[in-house]
Amino acid sequence: MHEMGIVLHLAKTLDQTAEEHKLKAIGKVVLQVGEVSGIMTELFTDAWDYFKLRHPVLKESELVLETIPAVTWCDSCKQTYETVKYGRECPYCGSGETWLLRGNECIIKEIEAE
Amino acid sequence: MITITLNETVTASNDLDAEALRARMREAGTLLVNLMSSPGSGKTTLLSRIIRELPELRIGVMEADIESDVDARRIEALGAAAIQVHTSGMCHMDAGMTAAAWEAMEAKDRDLIFLENVGNLICPAEYDTGAAKNIMLLSVPEGDDKPLKYPLMFQKSDALVITKTDALPFFNFDLEACAERVHRLNPLIRIFPVSAKTGEGMEALEQWITGELQAFKHNDIQI
Repeated sequence: MHEMGIVLHLAKTLDQTAEEHKLKAIGKVVLQVGEVSGIMTELFTDAWDYFKLRHPVLKESELVLETIPAVTWCDSCKQTYETVKYGRECPYCGSGETWLLRGNECIIKEIEAE
Repeated sequence: MITITLNETVTASNDLDAEALRARMREAGTLLVNLMSSPGSGKTTLLSRIIRELPELRIGVMEADIESDVDARRIEALGAAAIQVHTSGMCHMDAGMTAAAWEAMEAKDRDLIFLENVGNLICPAEYDTGAAKNIMLLSVPEGDDKPLKYPLMFQKSDALVITKTDALPFFNFDLEACAERVHRLNPLIRIFPVSAKTGEGMEALEQWITGELQAFKHNDIQI
């Protein structure tokens, strides 16, 4: 259900882009999805394949998902580490004063269209 | 075939809708407050008490649920304006749906409108509804570990209301540990432990709400 909401917004944004640039059809849609964004990629493409049929300009589109690795910054020892592997606690100093630097995003990078 | 570089977040269109709604609410002089929590955390019970205890305010409530209108009926029974929104399966309210609910609401003269978002600790935090303030509810039976499991909602909220404190003797809920976890995620968040059943803590929460409303009316609130 979470994926459905994102797909609806993606379709809306692309519809607007198509209108702005007077596009007839959108082909490839490249999305950058963060490792810890909570988006299940398989479910996401399934939902896309269902919803794209409702938008004439998106009918032939194809989603290409690129993963953005999640990286956390430790404020105590000023180092970065892999979020997925170590979680919230810094593997170097054990501090909990850590912040996610990237890995939570879902960005439309580029589209191919005519 | 051409390639267009966008580099915008998927929810960019929602962010625009949210800004537009915030401007309209500002013009209408209505403070829109988004309430987020799990199902069963006591949103409607808390609102019922606030409506009863702040009779001088014109309050409206948008009840967002996947099904049914039981919550809207409870609010209307107290004499406040209520509208039931069905999200048709969606797990959150977005700015477009909130704007549509505002359109459909008959009473446009409200001081304060509470949007009771869909009961869910994940998705509602990711979509800007256009509200000026976000309040999260966490009930004692849910446990003090929720800030560890659902950090985003705690980060997005201006206030956390810990509900059902009358049940504290029956649960291992450590208020201090919870507050520390929450402040680590969001140093500016205000925390209000309350029981809408006994009334404990309600005064502090209601003072904060009326204070925010006054600040909003005097245009010096940052939204």
